[in-house]
Amino acid sequence: MSGTHAHSAAFVRDRMIPQEPPPDRSIGALGWLRQNLFSSWLNAALTLVSLALIGALLAAVLPWVVHSSWTANSLSECREQIKAAYGPEESGACWAVIRERWSQLIFGFYPSEIYWRPILAFGTALGGLAPVLFPGVPRRALYLTAAAPFLVPWLLWGGTVWLPVAVAFGFVLGYAGFRVVAPWAGGILGAIAAGLVPVLWWLLLAGKAAGGLQEILPLGIEPVSSRNFGGFMLSITIGLTAITLSLPIGILLALGRQSRMFIVKVICVGVIEFVRGVPLITLLFVAWLLLNYFMPPNTNFDIILRVIIMVTLFASAYVAEVIRGGLAALPRGQYEAADALGLDYWKAQRLIVMPQALKISIPGIVSTFIGVFKDTTLVSIIGLLDPVGFSNSIRADVNWNGIVWELYGFIALMFFIFCFSMSRYSMYLERRLRTGHR
Amino acid sequence: MKKSVILGALTVAACAAGAAGAATLDDVKARGKLNCGTNTGLVGFAAPDANGDWQGFDVAVCRAVAAAVLGDSSAVEFVPTTGKTRFTALASGEIDMLVRNTTWTFSRDVDLKFTFVGVNYYDGQGFMVPKALGVSSAKELDGATVCIQTGTTTELNLADFFRVNNITYEPVPIETNEQAQQQYLAGACDVYTTDASGLAATRATFEDPTAHVVLPEIISKEPLGPLVRHGDDEWADIVRWTLNALIAAEEYGVTSANIDELAAAPTTNPEINRLLGTEGGLGEMLGLPADWAVKAIKAGGNYGELFEKYIGQNTPIGLARGLNAQWTDGGLMYAPPFR
Repeated sequence: MSGTHAHSAAFVRDRMIPQEPPPDRSIGALGWLRQNLFSSWLNAALTLVSLALIGALLAAVLPWVVHSSWTANSLSECREQIKAAYGPEESGACWAVIRERWSQLIFGFYPSEIYWRPILAFGTALGGLAPVLFPGVPRRALYLTAAAPFLVPWLLWGGTVWLPVAVAFGFVLGYAGFRVVAPWAGGILGAIAAGLVPVLWWLLLAGKAAGGLQEILPLGIEPVSSRNFGGFMLSITIGLTAITLSLPIGILLALGRQSRMFIVKVICVGVIEFVRGVPLITLLFVAWLLLNYFMPPNTNFDIILRVIIMVTLFASAYVAEVIRGGLAALPRGQYEAADALGLDYWKAQRLIVMPQALKISIPGIVSTFIGVFKDTTLVSIIGLLDPVGFSNSIRADVNWNGIVWELYGFIALMFFIFCFSMSRYSMYLERRLRTGHR
Repeated sequence: MKKSVILGALTVAACAAGAAGAATLDDVKARGKLNCGTNTGLVGFAAPDANGDWQGFDVAVCRAVAAAVLGDSSAVEFVPTTGKTRFTALASGEIDMLVRNTTWTFSRDVDLKFTFVGVNYYDGQGFMVPKALGVSSAKELDGATVCIQTGTTTELNLADFFRVNNITYEPVPIETNEQAQQQYLAGACDVYTTDASGLAATRATFEDPTAHVVLPEIISKEPLGPLVRHGDDEWADIVRWTLNALIAAEEYGVTSANIDELAAAPTTNPEINRLLGTEGGLGEMLGLPADWAVKAIKAGGNYGELFEKYIGQNTPIGLARGLNAQWTDGGLMYAPPFR
């Protein structure tokens, strides 16, 4: 048999050839280029056109960015310096305005000798968020998370240390109220006591208690009025507060919307639909104009606080709808499984429903957060000096009148850094939570 | 997260509600600060400098009032307002006075219930064109494209002017002044029209200002001045006469350089003596110290000095006095007698 076969075939391999490395043109940089950019004639042509476009764009922008002045003290001086250095026909960026005014774009009118306070405050806020955001952080950092809501406003606005202490004491009172009332009056009355006692404390006694303690033992830092807030500090204060508060409020609203209790459901639907049906700018005008008219004359209801409340409401309504999408995406069986296990409503939500619903909603929630952070620039319309508002004020300086692109470029860069980090974090979170339903 | 702030705000609200209705002068004295509404930024009139201090021609009026009332020209809390928020801020008591390039009109004075206490700058709407266009009068602008801010009185004035002169134009609507600058320089419109002071400031920022001309026609009256709420005439008097003191000081030759000498002892000019409080009791009638006007003038100088410092010929804006010269020099600045 083998003999006849050997005659009929011209060649028979009788040993394995050794493994060869893949050909040069399919590995390394060359292989990547072939695969991704030049895989066919059409793709090759599109690649070349795109490269030409990018090249043309850079050729137009880069000389402007590089042929710049960092040291001038006015726009006209910038122009003179650029002409002297690069030739009479050149025009370039006047980055000197950023050198002179970067601190205002970031801190507004905050007194420069205490810039460490907002920096420390936002550091504290990030430190407080870290154990919530990343699993690797030691659990002990949760103490910082609990302290941050009191520390951060105190660092930003200053004043007596006893006020945040008195406010924090309200939560202790609430807990105590629950422990005292619940054993003999039941959970619901306990919950009401837990809510009512601290509110009464804050409204009636906390201010006096803080004032009294301040007289006995004066401890405090220099107070800074809200009018001195500005620039990115203002955006971050509003954005960070709105973001951290809107997630829990949004979850509650989303659950309320699905509730079987009629009143709860109607209230939640009403809030969500009303707030979503109104543009943010309208809410901001309400915060500025209407509240001014409704409140007694000379009332000093902090404008930043008013704006924070409105932005938080706005963000919460959107987050609620995103989370409702996550809830709707869960199979009915998950709810039924929770019921079958005998879990009560809150346990079922906490252990089974929310972890899955939130995971599904992450991209939507983060987009909402990024949107809210960028929307904080709308406050310039009601006269608060956020980065965009401040760029207008800087342009009103005789020395810098007429500067446009440099300021907007700087602001865009800063916003990009913040929003891009949020976006990267959301991708990291999605990867970490991917438990493999694929 | 901001519980403590809520709390603070509520506490303040509770205290303030009790004090409501007191006279503005008492409020300002109790507060130790004058809340003055200004622009969020307008070249020459209000802008923060590199140290965060507000500077400008409007700002100077705030400082003068603060100096007259509180004796300290830095005791001012500047509240930046936009065109949309300025009147509410004043009406609601958030600010004590508003100096924000606000045109004195009938409806604002009567319907919105404000009191305009005077005029610190007489402005008017003008036109700017590139020199290459070869136009020397606005009446030659038949068929021109005009960059114009929407929703302002400038838009209405423009329509009136072209209709009266029976010529046509094509409007290019824009939102802000900076946008207008970009559009105008890019050639999107032949003409840019806004208040003459704004045109001068805009022109000063161009790479080659000499290639553009501001046409001689001024087509509207824009008397800009400080205003206060209706109903507190004592406070209105203080702001009015502080402004008048600045104007009168220029007329009588009282400057920040010679004021110490003139205020030290009565001079031979009784009008100066009454103004500076070395004679008569004008300050007392206002409820202020006798040297109120001295402090107001020392805050930044007399009217002429302020004009030259912030918007005059030696600044990049380079406005001529024009209508804003003293009445003795053919302008409209005319302070009633201090008597």
